Amino acid sequence: MSGKRPASKSELMVVASAHALTGKRVCFVGVGLPNIAVNLAKRTVAPEMELVYEAGVFGANPARLPLSIGDPTIVTGSTATVSMHDLFGLYLQGGRIDVGFLGGAQIDRFGNLNTTVIGDYAAPKTRLPGSGGACEIAINAKEILVIMRQSTRSFVKELDFRTSPGNLGGAVTAAKTRAAQGWGGSGPSGVITDLGVYGFDDDGEMALRSLHPGATLDEVRASIGWEIRIPHNVPATPAPTDEELRLIREELDPTGAYVS
Amino acid sequence: MSVSKVADMRTAIAANVHDGDTVAIEGFTHCISFAAGHEIIRQKRRNLTLARMTPDLVYDQMVAAGCATKLIFSWLGNPGVGSLHAIRRRTEPGALAPGETLLEIEEYSHHGMVGRYVAGAHRLPFYPLRSYSESDLPKVNPLIRTVQSPFGGEEVYAVPPLNPDVTIIHAQRADAEGNVQMWGLLGCQKEAAFAAKRVIAVVEEIVPTSVIRADPNRTIIPGLIVDAVVCEPFGAHPSYVQGSYDRDNAFYREWDTISRDAAATEAWLQEWVYGVPDRAAYVAKFGSEYFKGLTPTSAPSGSVDYGDYR
Repeated sequence: MSGKRPASKSELMVVASAHALTGKRVCFVGVGLPNIAVNLAKRTVAPEMELVYEAGVFGANPARLPLSIGDPTIVTGSTATVSMHDLFGLYLQGGRIDVGFLGGAQIDRFGNLNTTVIGDYAAPKTRLPGSGGACEIAINAKEILVIMRQSTRSFVKELDFRTSPGNLGGAVTAAKTRAAQGWGGSGPSGVITDLGVYGFDDDGEMALRSLHPGATLDEVRASIGWEIRIPHNVPATPAPTDEELRLIREELDPTGAYVS
Repeated sequence: MSVSKVADMRTAIAANVHDGDTVAIEGFTHCISFAAGHEIIRQKRRNLTLARMTPDLVYDQMVAAGCATKLIFSWLGNPGVGSLHAIRRRTEPGALAPGETLLEIEEYSHHGMVGRYVAGAHRLPFYPLRSYSESDLPKVNPLIRTVQSPFGGEEVYAVPPLNPDVTIIHAQRADAEGNVQMWGLLGCQKEAAFAAKRVIAVVEEIVPTSVIRADPNRTIIPGLIVDAVVCEPFGAHPSYVQGSYDRDNAFYREWDTISRDAAATEAWLQEWVYGVPDRAAYVAKFGSEYFKGLTPTSAPSGSVDYGDYR
């Protein structure tokens, strides 16, 4: 069942995310797709990478895919298992994390994220989980990668609530704030969706960098709530290799729970 | 010489958890005392303020049972699955049942919530941190404020101390005095316990003090601050205990279905909480075969040599 079946949209997201981790050393992992992406990167483009889980693990070696962020498999065989005070104080705020993964219910053109509420905070239409570690990962990890599926409900002109700051209102204010507030990180460096890979231009606004195999620019435009920047010649995201698909399908997610 | 604090869960809850208390049942995914939560439900405690980094299923069940009026938290979801539906029904006006009131909500981030326990445990007026910079959270939680450094004027955010009336933690083992040893994810068990006025330690096993003293680095909470020790095997199910039993992910998924429906939630509470007298009966109702399926194979640590110095 290896490379014959074409890559699904989730597999394209996972592989593009893994590529974005090339050569990275210390990565703050989330569950679901980021978890598969990070484990794929460790087996391919970033063998030296240390996996950090917010539950209190540095240097995890999960033997199975964790359903939750606090699965026992992240503890057994890890380099260090520490209190959450140590994890958030010494490791994250202390500036030891190179890359953090975030997602959200809403993202805007500057990479700011909402994971708190849809609608008014005091009387929400939908109550979402809230920050967890997101608002501190966003400012303390050296860079942020966002994994989200595109839709006009999630890629919005204006957030209902800003849980985690990205490039604020643009690169100039973001740079000033980062310096003034002593943030350790430089904010979002990429957004990986089911249709393409996005980066951020010098002024801090999101722009398409590559289009996934099978996706179209019309689909991209139709699923973003603002006029997304698209360069004249959009390169194609490199297609997953047979070996990458084999690793995902046979080792990382054999039941297809996340990626199918 | 040493005083035994061993009690059964009914006695420990009756003595230490009162209507109107601020209660913290801590444990990050790992070692969540569902046994204590269920006993609080059975004893019909009311008007509790429930504090937890991740309310998890245990607070979803306690909210559904009518124990709580307020939640203090940093991440409100069913980990790895989705939403906590009973709590959502009490936080979204559109989902509120007639006669029900909205829960009071006070939310932080993970670092902020840990910091609140740290300040509480250290008897300090606040915990400073860089989080909340350019987040909307301080706009909706007036207890997240800024503070200026006396060394150069740099401004950072601060959160106030949290001193629960009672903190309840689960762990692998303790002696009868309440010296608690734990391994695996430590969460904020230690900080939440030291911050509390009263502490209930629930463990899988009560061991002789000599076992504790043979490995003192593994002691996270001293008996000094513990009021009651409860031995409750499988007391953390459906969460897990490192090395003893796995997280019951199937139940976490099942709760997503049960909790979407208020009547199904109530029926579940009737059968699995009110319908059993204690945790031993809950475990017996599942049956030993069920828990065999959650038992991991062994991966023991090496041992270290502390040396004998006379």
